[in-house]
Amino acid sequence: MNSAGLSLEQAPPFSVPLRFFLTAPWFLVLAAALLAWRGPEVFASRWLPATLALTHLLTLGFMAQVMLGALLQMLPVVVGVVVPRPRLAAALIHIPLTLGALVLAVAFLNGSPAWFQGALGLLGLGFGTALIAVHLALWHAPVVSGTVIALRCALGALMVTVGLGLALGGFFGWGFSLPVVIVTHLHTAWGLVGWTTLLVAGVAYQVVPMFQITPPYPSAFVRGFAPLMAVLLVAWSVLTFGDWETAARLTGAALALGVGLFAMTTLYLLTQRRRKIGDPTLAYWRTSMASLLAGALLWLLTPWVPALAQAPQVEWLLGILLIFGFAVAVINGMLYKIVPFLAWFHLQAQLLGRAKVPTMKQLLPEVRIRRQFWAYLATLLLLLVAAVHPSVLTYPAALALGVTGIWLGVNLWAVGWTYRRILQDGLAIAPVRDNQVMRG
Amino acid sequence: MTTITEFLVAEHRACDDGFAAAEDAAHAGDLARCRANFQQFLAAMEHHFQKEEAMLFPAFEQATGNAMGPTRVMRLEHQQMRETLAEMSGALAGGDLENFLGQAEALLILMQQHNIKEEQMLYPMCDRFLGGAVGSVIQALRDFPAGGSP
Ligand code: HEM
Repeated sequence: MNSAGLSLEQAPPFSVPLRFFLTAPWFLVLAAALLAWRGPEVFASRWLPATLALTHLLTLGFMAQVMLGALLQMLPVVVGVVVPRPRLAAALIHIPLTLGALVLAVAFLNGSPAWFQGALGLLGLGFGTALIAVHLALWHAPVVSGTVIALRCALGALMVTVGLGLALGGFFGWGFSLPVVIVTHLHTAWGLVGWTTLLVAGVAYQVVPMFQITPPYPSAFVRGFAPLMAVLLVAWSVLTFGDWETAARLTGAALALGVGLFAMTTLYLLTQRRRKIGDPTLAYWRTSMASLLAGALLWLLTPWVPALAQAPQVEWLLGILLIFGFAVAVINGMLYKIVPFLAWFHLQAQLLGRAKVPTMKQLLPEVRIRRQFWAYLATLLLLLVAAVHPSVLTYPAALALGVTGIWLGVNLWAVGWTYRRILQDGLAIAPVRDNQVMRG
Repeated sequence: MTTITEFLVAEHRACDDGFAAAEDAAHAGDLARCRANFQQFLAAMEHHFQKEEAMLFPAFEQATGNAMGPTRVMRLEHQQMRETLAEMSGALAGGDLENFLGQAEALLILMQQHNIKEEQMLYPMCDRFLGGAVGSVIQALRDFPAGGSP
């Protein structure tokens, strides 16, 4: 622990995280368009090209997009380290990641090796930059808190996920020989349990107690959960790869229990909140954790209940619960805190005393958040039912997904526009002297 | 033995509760209760800031020989919170609870980001660097007189 490495500097420039946040919603819209285009056939199997394209529009275009943008924003706060050259790092992550997600989706759809090769190059560059930038920061963390531990585990898991994803892509792009089914299982588990769940856990340790004013997560949980899950994932991968079936199943059950425990702990803490007033992001947290818990239970039961193990829809339900129910919900909710806050914060820093800065609630009125939440919830339910009855509900589900994505995009862009307008008006009235501009 | 971290984290939690009480009253549309709760909250915040600025930060700066690092940013953030608290006072003076709640939303995030930095980085470092002096620093923090009257 040395104080020299500690930089409690403030936020990076607004454009750094904002470019990720303003891009992400449109990937929900693209996913909706794909679902509408391919129709009920998408639900026939998780291995269909259209399904894989749909999955990655969500996991790369929406989830990884926001999660990486938020990490660049949060590291100075929770880790005490700034990412060097933030604008350059953001561009080198955002542009290749966005293009890579699009190109990979096309590659899945047309099966062309050249498109896979292009996607791998772009995604390799985007994730490579992100991993280097964030790892450097995490390594230099002056104090190793539970959050730092969880973020390190999540980043390690992202590395494994991306490595396996690139190998799988290499199978399609260059004809690498590898056991595709097993590698896909590992890639999926590291992506959803390792990267996504551990990152959300690391962030939850901070934001749930602080913003909802609840008791803290138990300290043993905060320090132990992520490393334990990482060790279990490694064990499960080795056992799965070596085809030790019973042992792999038991380890898988332990992983599902771990995920369920995190969801239950969070739901319990949310019942203990001392903040009295309702908060629109609370509904997103509850939905997200309830989906995670339902997913964990389904995952836990499936191998032991023959009726479930044989039903092809179970994998779909699991995928929808974990990707759309858990990850998309919590990310959607967090965006509604982060974007208006950052807009307010940067306006305040640049215009203080020169012009009136609107409050967060003026920048993004609560009713708009609540209405978009109902669209989100309807989409989740429609998708779940569509997985079981695709012929009837695929189109309504696609429509609802499109509405949810557009609405989220419009809500966030509106904040961005208001920010620019107020900043321009404010600066026109009274030019800011350069040395007074904070890092905005 | 208590640590600086434990002692000051408890103050943060007390401030959180003060915040929640004021916010709750505003949400209920109870201007009088909101004013009373907010006055208490404001006094607790100011007292806590002053303890840190006058006692803890100088002790840290002396022990580490570093006055431009973390404590500089912490003072800056105190200033930002004071500005937002002043906006909230203004809103309450004008009886504008809507505006008060809008400002409160941002204050909560400012407060909590600041708390994360202090609780997880700065305070543990104070405990570490101040070593044997921790007991006397805590005593001084405990005895620190409330500057502004509520
Ligand atoms: C460089 C980035 C990535 C590449 C190139 C990539 C590539 C692939 C490929 C080629 C498959 C299909 C394997 C097959 O058909 O057998 C796959 C499946 C999958 N990937 Fe990725 N992936 C990447 C990142 C991610 C990330 C970050 C996640 C996050 C959660 C993720 C989640 C999934 C899931 C859930 C599946 C299984 C889909 C299903 O079974 O229907 N991928 N990935």
